[in-house]
Amino acid sequence: MYNKKILDEFAQPKNVGALADANGIGTVGAASCGDIMKVYLKIENDVIVDASFQTFGCAAAIASSSVATEMIKGMKIQDALKVTNAQVVEMLEGLPPQKIHCSVLAEEAIKEAIADYKARSTN
Amino acid sequence: MNNKSKNKGVYLDNAATTAVDPRVLKAMLPYFTKQFGNASSLHYYGRDALNAVDLAREKIASFLNAKTLEIYFTSCGSESDNWALRGRVYAPSKNKNKHIITTSIEHPAVLDTCRVLEKEGVKVDYLGVDHDGYVSLDDVKRVATPETTLISIMMANNEIGSIQPIAEIGEFSKELGVCFHTDAVQAAESEDLNVNNLNVDLLSLSAHKFHGPKGIGILYIRSGVELSRLITGGHQERNQRAGTTNTPLIIGMASALEIAVNERAEYISRLIPLRNYFIDRVLKEIPFCNLNGGLDRRLPNNINLSFDFIESESILISLDRAGIAVSSGSACSAASLEPSHVIIALGVGAEKAHSSLRVSLGRTTTIEELDYTIYVLKREIERLRGISPLFNVEKGVGSYV
Repeated sequence: MYNKKILDEFAQPKNVGALADANGIGTVGAASCGDIMKVYLKIENDVIVDASFQTFGCAAAIASSSVATEMIKGMKIQDALKVTNAQVVEMLEGLPPQKIHCSVLAEEAIKEAIADYKARSTN
Repeated sequence: MNNKSKNKGVYLDNAATTAVDPRVLKAMLPYFTKQFGNASSLHYYGRDALNAVDLAREKIASFLNAKTLEIYFTSCGSESDNWALRGRVYAPSKNKNKHIITTSIEHPAVLDTCRVLEKEGVKVDYLGVDHDGYVSLDDVKRVATPETTLISIMMANNEIGSIQPIAEIGEFSKELGVCFHTDAVQAAESEDLNVNNLNVDLLSLSAHKFHGPKGIGILYIRSGVELSRLITGGHQERNQRAGTTNTPLIIGMASALEIAVNERAEYISRLIPLRNYFIDRVLKEIPFCNLNGGLDRRLPNNINLSFDFIESESILISLDRAGIAVSSGSACSAASLEPSHVIIALGVGAEKAHSSLRVSLGRTTTIEELDYTIYVLKREIERLRGISPLFNVEKGVGSYV
């Protein structure tokens, strides 16, 4: 069901764990649905200087979190907001149809984290 | 996991399917090539095949304490279940109001069929189970009437291994005069299948669950039970189930059942301690986990555990990478995202259902394989909890809120 890229990313995910000095945090999903994705961003001058994640979910969800956080590191936030789930799927060299929602969660978690950052900076 | 080079896989998914026993394969082989006749043909080749099928049918009947002509070969357990349910609903009867009683933890072959029959106007009562996964006879009595079309309750559950009080429910059904079906697909290796002790009218079996081939099952139909045909066509199986007689697989099923019955006592006495060893060690050595289903009436090979704060598919894939094959929930739901309906029925919440892992032992399982599995399990559970937002690694505690 899973390709080698997904399995490798799942076995050795990058950017795991909470970021102590994060200034934007986004959480999507619910334990009762079997998926929670939490993305931590450290943003300076509207640039994502660091990103990490914590995920409760299947191998595809963990692999999606890993590649998504890796993709947005160094990006301006306006560019990170344009990251789509299709790009996450592409980075993983394809996801099984019933797992596409994992890539959607990654896209949503990034958007949530940036929204959190913006809310914090306006306060 | 690619085991071709290593070839040291640990197979702990025997509730999904089992390897064909070499003795079974040997018994089957001549019927693919030399004795290949169609059992319905009148010539020598046909008579030769028919003779072998008759002997296999007799053998299977004897293990069930049934009459030879009460054994009907089908293509699988799902077909047998479909035939039992649909066959009863469509059978000629004075009573136009059809009513089925079943449980909320049946195999999809029964549950999905019931849902389809509901759309056709059949009333279906789905009985719940207690926290340990057991159906109560009192619940059956509460909803059953002499007009009930069929009671269908599985003998042993495929996910949590809970064994239901079939003989007691059967005794009640018999007194009430209601037809009683049991899906015994998971039970054949360890449970007594004597249909008269069990008081059942219909019983489904599938050969690949007890080291026989895939693609062959039986439905036991007690003489006198009215059942409509499901597969129409030729006159095979006394005109009740069309389709060319599958001689090699029938021979294989009879051989597999014979071995299972002969080795049953040894199987039970070897596997129960292994099962309990695994459960005890995991519960003791891995925090925040629990056994799903009760221990007193449980299949000797079934283990089902929930590991809090992580999702079971990620555990399955991690074990697979270490060469260990297990299942999350049931193999049937591996392609769906719904949590197991069986764990949900225990009333433990969707979170526990998403975290449930089934480990099903087999005839060749060794304690060394279990030790290795526990070693990898501990390592991977810790790794995955380190990734989970629900678990605090420093404090070593987790929370769902």
